Amino acid sequence: MSKDKPTTLTIDDTQYETNFSVNYLRRTGFKRKDNKKLLAFIPGAIKSISVKKGDKITAGQSLLILEAMKMQNIVTSTIDGTIKSVNVKQGQTVTKNEVLIELV
Amino acid sequence: MSFTSKIMDFFKKKEKVQTGGGTKAIEKQIAMGKMTARDRIKTLLDPNSFHEYDLFVEHKCKDFEMDKKSLPADGVITGTGTINGYPVGIFAQDFTVAGGSLGLMHARKITKIMDHAVKLGIPLIGINDSGGARIQEGVNSLAGYGEIFYRNTLASGVIPQISVILGPCAGGAVYSPALTDFVFVVDKISKMFITGPEVIKTVLGEEISMEDLGGAKVQAEVTGNAHFYSTSEIDCFEQIKTLVSFIPWNNKNKAKAYPPKPPRVGYNIETVIPTDSKKPYDIRDIIKATFDDSDFLEIHKYWAPNIVVGFARLNGETVGIVGNQPLVLAGVLDCDSSDKAARFIRFCDSFNIPLITLVDLPGYLPGIDQEHAGVIRHGAKLLYSYSEATVPKTTLILRKAYGGGYIAMCSRHLGADFVFAWPSAEIAVMGPEGAANIIFRSEIAGASNPDEMRKLKVQEYTDKFANPYIAAANGHVDAVISPNETRDYLIHSLKISENKSETRVQKKHGIPPF
Repeated sequence: MSKDKPTTLTIDDTQYETNFSVNYLRRTGFKRKDNKKLLAFIPGAIKSISVKKGDKITAGQSLLILEAMKMQNIVTSTIDGTIKSVNVKQGQTVTKNEVLIELV
Repeated sequence: MSFTSKIMDFFKKKEKVQTGGGTKAIEKQIAMGKMTARDRIKTLLDPNSFHEYDLFVEHKCKDFEMDKKSLPADGVITGTGTINGYPVGIFAQDFTVAGGSLGLMHARKITKIMDHAVKLGIPLIGINDSGGARIQEGVNSLAGYGEIFYRNTLASGVIPQISVILGPCAGGAVYSPALTDFVFVVDKISKMFITGPEVIKTVLGEEISMEDLGGAKVQAEVTGNAHFYSTSEIDCFEQIKTLVSFIPWNNKNKAKAYPPKPPRVGYNIETVIPTDSKKPYDIRDIIKATFDDSDFLEIHKYWAPNIVVGFARLNGETVGIVGNQPLVLAGVLDCDSSDKAARFIRFCDSFNIPLITLVDLPGYLPGIDQEHAGVIRHGAKLLYSYSEATVPKTTLILRKAYGGGYIAMCSRHLGADFVFAWPSAEIAVMGPEGAANIIFRSEIAGASNPDEMRKLKVQEYTDKFANPYIAAANGHVDAVISPNETRDYLIHSLKISENKSETRVQKKHGIPPF
């Protein structure tokens, strides 16, 4: 249903003349996760925040509660660190992938 | 009541129930571009072949004033009939009756025809057109779905199961088609998703239309949930009729044999493959040049197009064909194509359909997205399915068969019964360019003219390894054959493997890398 103009695909140093498929063209590039930026995985509202700038935190420690889909989701960091900034306030609504907390 | 008046009374009752949701609801259905459930059955099945069961079944729900509501046939029509003389069991949900919603008795009508089809050994066709669970019946609706899914699973591999999505099929309901063997969708009419656009908008704030989320095109091209795509219900029914002619009624029989026919004139097998091995061609041209009447029913045509699967006939017998497609992504194997082929192979193995594999691939598709999507796990499914299959397996290597791709495409090592190769076959661990760069790395680096040295080494490798003879010398290939001998060799291997039997260690079942 969708055939591009012939193009080339390189496999093991050999260039093959061929077409791409719909799903191949839908690929999104690989983006390395920045584990110093904690993002909202879902839109919701900030229920409570338990840290502030300068606080030293450990991996897995509860940093803030994001309420979404009637659930209270605990936001944690995967690494130990120090809080660089808390970018949200209690009661604020956030969108998906909004940066909630940044670590130094 | 006299005998005659009893019969007249019956006709009146029957007519009343058979009008379904009434003229207004029927008009609405037609305005949406959809046929009514009864018309669908009438059009798909042979004329006057449909015998309906359970017309007078009624729901037993008393909550939410349901006891005051009468739902004709409880929103689903079930029965048996024939398609081109083949017996089938069929159910069609009636969208004009409570939106075709599923309640317990509606579900029990379906499970009854499913149990029936298994006992009788006939294929089952389900026409899905429903708003989902009947909320008023609560848990009983869920019970109904559960009973259907359980039977889909138990019937899997016993009788062919076909799902036709001619309306919404959402939430839990969509798992029944997902458990069946072939799913048919029609553009603008089929809608399949687990959570719909409204829920996605409310929870995630993401906006998407029903068509873009789970319409026919998406299911046919992107998700692979649909095996057959068409632009009208009539075309869809033609596809179903064609499919039914290729497959057996149940797993104890073979598909019906037809009079043998040579390929049609106009497909010359010798002129299909370009001389430059890096240039593409359409594998379907090879198929049309080889199999009976050049007739090929392609399955999953728009999903994972870098591999081609489908049914054809050889000497009148149905065969299942798996072929790499050099026209798309150079015919590489990847997550989706491995899934597509593995599923098809298992259907053929369950239903006694011999497999013919056509090989021309440079390897697997490289990429971070492939690795992170689990190409390891998905690719393993193809190895598993080929090894597990005990139907006659014939492999023909047309051109490239490099590395892991050579193994995965039904090589001798995975239990192929016959492995043939054309003189153009290149059975090697890697393509010449890649191989030369690795093996002769130091010679190329140390040479006064590295480019010239590389060209020389690539040519050396090509001359020595890019052919079928080393594999043939080791007995990995049974015969090198010329393209013109292909049909003869394939027919012979099919005939001679008619009574093939393989003994395997008894086990409940293996654990395929789902």
